[in-house]
Amino acid sequence: MGQTIAEKILSHHAGKTVRAGDIVIVRVDGVMATDATAPLAIQAFRAMGGVRLWDPTRVFLVIDHAAPAPNETVANLHRLMRDFACKMGCRLYDIGEGICHQLMIENEHVRPGDLFLGADSHSPTYGAVNAFGVGVGSTDLAAAMRTGKTWLKVPKTIQITLHGTLRPGVTAKDVILRLLRELGADGANYQAIEFNGEAVRAMSLAGRITLANMTAEMGAKTGLVDPTGLSLDYPFTPVYPDPDAEYSRRLALDVSTLEPQVARPHAPDNVVPIARVRGTPIHYAFIGSCTNTRLEDLAAAAAVLRGRPVAPGVRLVIAPASRRVFEAALQQGIVQTLSASGAVFIPAGCGPCVGSHLGVPGDGEVVISSTNRNFRGRMGNPRAEIYLASPAVVAASALAGHIADPAEVG
Amino acid sequence: MNSEPICGIAHVYGDNIDTDRIIPGKYTKTLDMATLAAHVLEDLDPDFARTVRPGDLLVAGYNFGCGSSREQAPLAIKAAGVAAVIARSFARIFYRNAINIGLPVIEVEDHAIRPGDRVAVDLAAGLVVNHTRNETYRATAMPQQMVDILAAGGLVNYLLRYGDYV
Repeated sequence: MGQTIAEKILSHHAGKTVRAGDIVIVRVDGVMATDATAPLAIQAFRAMGGVRLWDPTRVFLVIDHAAPAPNETVANLHRLMRDFACKMGCRLYDIGEGICHQLMIENEHVRPGDLFLGADSHSPTYGAVNAFGVGVGSTDLAAAMRTGKTWLKVPKTIQITLHGTLRPGVTAKDVILRLLRELGADGANYQAIEFNGEAVRAMSLAGRITLANMTAEMGAKTGLVDPTGLSLDYPFTPVYPDPDAEYSRRLALDVSTLEPQVARPHAPDNVVPIARVRGTPIHYAFIGSCTNTRLEDLAAAAAVLRGRPVAPGVRLVIAPASRRVFEAALQQGIVQTLSASGAVFIPAGCGPCVGSHLGVPGDGEVVISSTNRNFRGRMGNPRAEIYLASPAVVAASALAGHIADPAEVG
Repeated sequence: MNSEPICGIAHVYGDNIDTDRIIPGKYTKTLDMATLAAHVLEDLDPDFARTVRPGDLLVAGYNFGCGSSREQAPLAIKAAGVAAVIARSFARIFYRNAINIGLPVIEVEDHAIRPGDRVAVDLAAGLVVNHTRNETYRATAMPQQMVDILAAGGLVNYLLRYGDYV
């Protein structure tokens, strides 16, 4: 019997052949924590007798969730992280450098075949680069910082095959939202997902990241994308599943006829085709998060707006995925185009997506956002309503003043 | 493993209770457990933090704790005095986090616990007994690795005791 990608990567890291259902102790290739999780991890690391990191070159701290610090409590947590990184000799990405997952991929800290632990639920994102990325909490992360290991149950895998070709204006975000409707909020709980098919092979790295990223919303342990067609700036050995690998479920979707999708309040799996919510008035449009704010996302928004002003009474806020993304967008004139339309740029980071600061909605306000979660209170106000969509739909909606398909705003 | 059953009064909620409703992100940037306890379940049940008594039990439906990896979610529940969480199923990161910080969690898919029921959780036997309704529910077995971590009182104590994963 052959192996899935998850079984192959975990076998390699366990030093023996493992199968779905096995409980294994595995070595990890890297670990990452943010200002939302690192302070507790540092506390747990010390409490468990941690004196030095297992490998300072494989531990990364990122200040992105509330950056720059909105108040003194957070400022002191940031200070604690900087002090820890300095003493332990590990790399710390400070305010404005970018969103953790973007930085791990952009700076090549996570590579194909790796097992990478993130103290952030969107760590399945690393499946975009053919790595087993898994989200854990602070204490699990602290244990890995100390030992270089963790324990895992080898997950079963759901195989999702995407046939066909996406129409212009329809993106990986629409595909993953459509799949969320199908699978639901716990449809992949404790399981891995493998994506394949010609629509996947045609996807850019950014599209693959969006796809893998939101497997977290199905409860997946990790979301692995077929490495065929994956283009990285360094040579790598891809990990493919065996043709006779065993899957817990097989799903196929022809994306050729897919239209833009929107998740309605207050759950990411409450997804409908855009036609069902078109015309819903909005107050606030946000483009950001680890899901959707890379260069091609900003370019898509700029292509929709083309310098036309956002609708009166609507504010458009943009947080780029990283400084590198921001600078590339500047160089290509994308930032200037968006700014001319009235977009407000805030530092690269998570801010509004997690309700930390820099864009909390008011009571009764309706938000359309390119992020990944619309739970009640997610953006900092339980009395606001959040719709999730692609950056192009967010831009079209900002332009129209109501939820709009990019196709209808010309 | 706690050899004595954990007895308490049940607070009952529904399916898909996400981590934002357990503890909103705006309150998580702290190491102060009292702050977490003060806002636990705020957007789900604004009265919970005020009415919960030490030793009470939290009971939920499917996929409890979905969403973020924030360990502040089980920490807030523990800091509020909740002795154990019973759910029909748990989201995986929440489940691991709860065990790592020593908050007993038990998965019981089939139960008829109502608000105010007096319930006993027997982790060692894998049973939940509803004394109010005179019913017994069988729990899903926990992987041995988790049993060992919970028995040590959490992952910090586990590593202090064994020095490494064993």
